[in-house]
Amino acid sequence: MEGLERILGEHRLFTGLGPSFLTLASGCAKNVVFKAGDYLFRADDAADWIYLIRYGRVALEMALPGREAVQFETPGEGEIVGLTWLLPPYLWGYDARATELTRTIALDARCLRDKCDADHDLGFEILKRFLPVLEHGLQATWLQMLDVYGQPG
Amino acid sequence: MADPMVPRIVRVEARTRDLPGTVTLELQSVDDTPLPRYRPGQFTMMYVFGVGEIPVSISGDATDPKRLVQTVRSVGAVSDAVTRLQAGDLVGLRGPFGTPWPTDELAGQDVVVVAGGIGLAPLRPTIYHLLANRTNFGKVVLLYGTRSPAEILYRRELEHWRQRLDVQIDVTVDHADSSWHGHVGVVTRLLTRLAIDTSHATALVCGPEIMMRFTAAGLHDIGLPQSAIFVSLERNMKCALGLCGRCQFSGIFACKDGAVVRYDRVRRLMGLKEI
Repeated sequence: MEGLERILGEHRLFTGLGPSFLTLASGCAKNVVFKAGDYLFRADDAADWIYLIRYGRVALEMALPGREAVQFETPGEGEIVGLTWLLPPYLWGYDARATELTRTIALDARCLRDKCDADHDLGFEILKRFLPVLEHGLQATWLQMLDVYGQPG
Repeated sequence: MADPMVPRIVRVEARTRDLPGTVTLELQSVDDTPLPRYRPGQFTMMYVFGVGEIPVSISGDATDPKRLVQTVRSVGAVSDAVTRLQAGDLVGLRGPFGTPWPTDELAGQDVVVVAGGIGLAPLRPTIYHLLANRTNFGKVVLLYGTRSPAEILYRRELEHWRQRLDVQIDVTVDHADSSWHGHVGVVTRLLTRLAIDTSHATALVCGPEIMMRFTAAGLHDIGLPQSAIFVSLERNMKCALGLCGRCQFSGIFACKDGAVVRYDRVRRLMGLKEI
């Protein structure tokens, strides 16, 4: 557990989180390894885990009718897979597939949600850390939606 | 001195179709007059007879005096006519014009080149320069973003450069199917993974303007001063001499004061609507 606490503390998402909060958060964490081709989760699965990628890469994909799944993002080392755990009904809206050997720290979302509900200070700290991730993701999505490379100028 | 408004005649020596609607032309002199010398980042005005004239990025090796290489994407009547030119056709040419990338100021620096879509074309002469003089620079990183794997410009060359052990090249696409094993996502997402000395680094950015704005903001977020970021402005240029005002951008004429400008000079202007 001490190792996980240290690794979590070094992740940019948890940098600066006090030791007691870190102990609480790491109580919900475990190491999970995915082989290339393994799915971390699929669309409509319960969003019960958050994955911090330590090594490797994950393709986020959506199925399109009559076509192969389309990849729209490939988070890698140091990045996070999964923000859906924050919002009801806690269901994934896409598939996440490891494209290479991927080592993650998986945080039990139900455990973390319960701890955040029980300790609002922790909840606020966690929310402050996930909101920028959400904002960056939104910004990237806007750029993709604008299809900037398809337009002149 | 020749009248800069009068085009000279050059011949299309070779034509390469890079992507649907995008071609690279090799131009050669029709007589003994040498081709104009240029610096990476400059552009020419190319005149298709009976159709019109447009600014075109120079995309070749600036040290090669025998060929002028230019890449064009079809987005309108004139650029469409340019992309339909064939070997042997004649075109009018003025220039080169505009400010170059600050290649002389890059020695000893980490250099981050960020290109989006066709924006790789005006950066390619700089990439040739960086690779040919590799020992003069710190880390050299090229981040390239485009729509899909099928729309990667200069793909073979990117693959060739990637084989070198002394440059970092990352390509990302907005979307892909499962046959693509590279990055997916906008080019700005690659910035957080950059390992450079931001106090001794310069970034050269070219692509759609909105991509350049977000890239510059992302570079600034990781510690690069705005004065160390250079962007290439694209505007509808006509005279290319700073006379007609067609490409005026507040106090800046994109053709004469640009196309390459330091980001801190244009940051506020780039966010203004309808400019």
